[in-house]
Amino acid sequence: MSNQIIEIKDFRKTYGSHVAVESVSFDVNQGEIFGLLGPNGAGKTSTLECLEGLRQPNGGTMRVANLDPAKESHKLRNIIGVQLQSAGLPEAITPDEAMKFFCAYHNVAPRFDLLERLGLIPKKDTQFYELSAGQQRRLVLALAVAHNPKVVFLDEPTAGLDVASRVELHDLMRELQGQGTTIILATHDMAEAQELSDRVAILLNGQIVNTGTPLEITASGAGLTKISVRTQNGCLVNNTNNFPAVDQQKMKEDYCIYFSRDIGPTVSAIIAFIEKQADVLIDLRVERPSLEDRFLEITGKVGAK
Amino acid sequence: MNSFLHHFAFEFRTGIRNKQMLLMNYLFPLGFYLLMGFIMPAINPPFREAIIPALGVFAILAATLLGIPDPLVNARENGIFRSYKINGVPSISILAIPTLTTMLHSIIVMLIIVVSAPLLFKAPLPVNWLAFVLIFVTFYLACAGLSVLIGVVSASSRMTVLWSQLIFVPSMLLGGLMLPYSMLPGVAGKFAQLLPATHAMNAYNGLAMLKAADFSPWGSVIVLAATALLAFALAGFLFSWDSRNTTRRGNPLLAVLVLLPAIIGIFLF
Repeated sequence: MSNQIIEIKDFRKTYGSHVAVESVSFDVNQGEIFGLLGPNGAGKTSTLECLEGLRQPNGGTMRVANLDPAKESHKLRNIIGVQLQSAGLPEAITPDEAMKFFCAYHNVAPRFDLLERLGLIPKKDTQFYELSAGQQRRLVLALAVAHNPKVVFLDEPTAGLDVASRVELHDLMRELQGQGTTIILATHDMAEAQELSDRVAILLNGQIVNTGTPLEITASGAGLTKISVRTQNGCLVNNTNNFPAVDQQKMKEDYCIYFSRDIGPTVSAIIAFIEKQADVLIDLRVERPSLEDRFLEITGKVGAK
Repeated sequence: MNSFLHHFAFEFRTGIRNKQMLLMNYLFPLGFYLLMGFIMPAINPPFREAIIPALGVFAILAATLLGIPDPLVNARENGIFRSYKINGVPSISILAIPTLTTMLHSIIVMLIIVVSAPLLFKAPLPVNWLAFVLIFVTFYLACAGLSVLIGVVSASSRMTVLWSQLIFVPSMLLGGLMLPYSMLPGVAGKFAQLLPATHAMNAYNGLAMLKAADFSPWGSVIVLAATALLAFALAGFLFSWDSRNTTRRGNPLLAVLVLLPAIIGIFLF
């Protein structure tokens, strides 16, 4: 029996003559956190909004919990929870009213525990426009998950949040996942996507250019490992000799940074060179390529970092 | 029912909490009522007899035409309707609840006027209370229907101001509130019959205050009721969750059909 809760095949979305999304296909398994990554205008929001039943696709098929969002959006309401990119709440509504209001339309008891968990109880009688950007996003998130939906769509959920709120939100997402909720996460934040997502799809110019687990995606690139070295006398700064397996190198502050295809020979050669120059090694860091590195590589911006 | 009550309670509180809506629902109508009540009878003594109907009509015009359309446009353009759609709020609630909550605000204002006008300005009370209530309700629904329709078809807040003022300003000048309908020249009188305020004043005079009506008062009630029904039907038909990304069921120009009952009324009544 299939475990897929979302199925998209050859999805296409156009706005007039502009093709926003073309031939996009992917599946999401139940209980998965699926990251949808891409630069601005890549088609993430168009894809999400068609899945949510807010827009009509121009081609292909979409199924969410075995429902067609374009034709059965009314049945989808209690199955999905959505945190829109824009706030989407009346200015004068308070968190207390919003919780009662939306829970009543979903026919569930208000989840004041979520307001407490997200630190909104002290602000429960404050009008929406008086809340900070972070508090607004936390409220919208609380409302999106209050009716225990099977699938939650989060569009840039941590934009504008402080560190503590981000951590709380990440914990909540993991908790929801533990309860079997599927989460579709559209984000620009690669560290967040790498940390939370079971699988990700990278959208570029309306097409999926890569899909898989964060590990698979990072491993599928050029695979350059970043080696950052700092010495006491800076013997590496003016070194013109190439170390083995190094493809690129640059300076950043007092660090010499090397991008290596094979860290063993590179690190050995660097240490040998430092000893030969009678210099002293102060710091040496080896970092595997991150999802962000791979994303930049895919989107043609490698080296900009 | 629970969802309807929560939605109604929130919208009602917004009508008081939101400064712009508080102004249109209470401060502007009651301020104007006190101003006119103190000034107009001294200048124009017969106005005393029209204080309750005229300023009741003014209160409804302000609360509906100036209070309802703009929040509807802002809610649609700021993605609030999208959020409502996702959470299962039906479009009928989006249109009906502001209508009902504003009606409650207008009833409160009308009660204040009815109770205070005889004491403050020696204004006569309606003779036929049943007719008074019937005219209040039909006129309110006609104005609320027009306001909701303006909110549904206007592309921006600026357009709501334009459309609302196109009804509000002529209603003040020609609707029989400040100047009796009988004093208007022929063409202006015919034009005035396109305005719900003219029909409301005519029906109040003929049926509630038991004074001479300028044309059929029951005809006016029928025009108001037909305008209300047509306006809400058109608003429901032309409603859009998201003006940028969804297609309307019909051209917004269809909204001008709402004038049909008043146009037919000119020839029939």
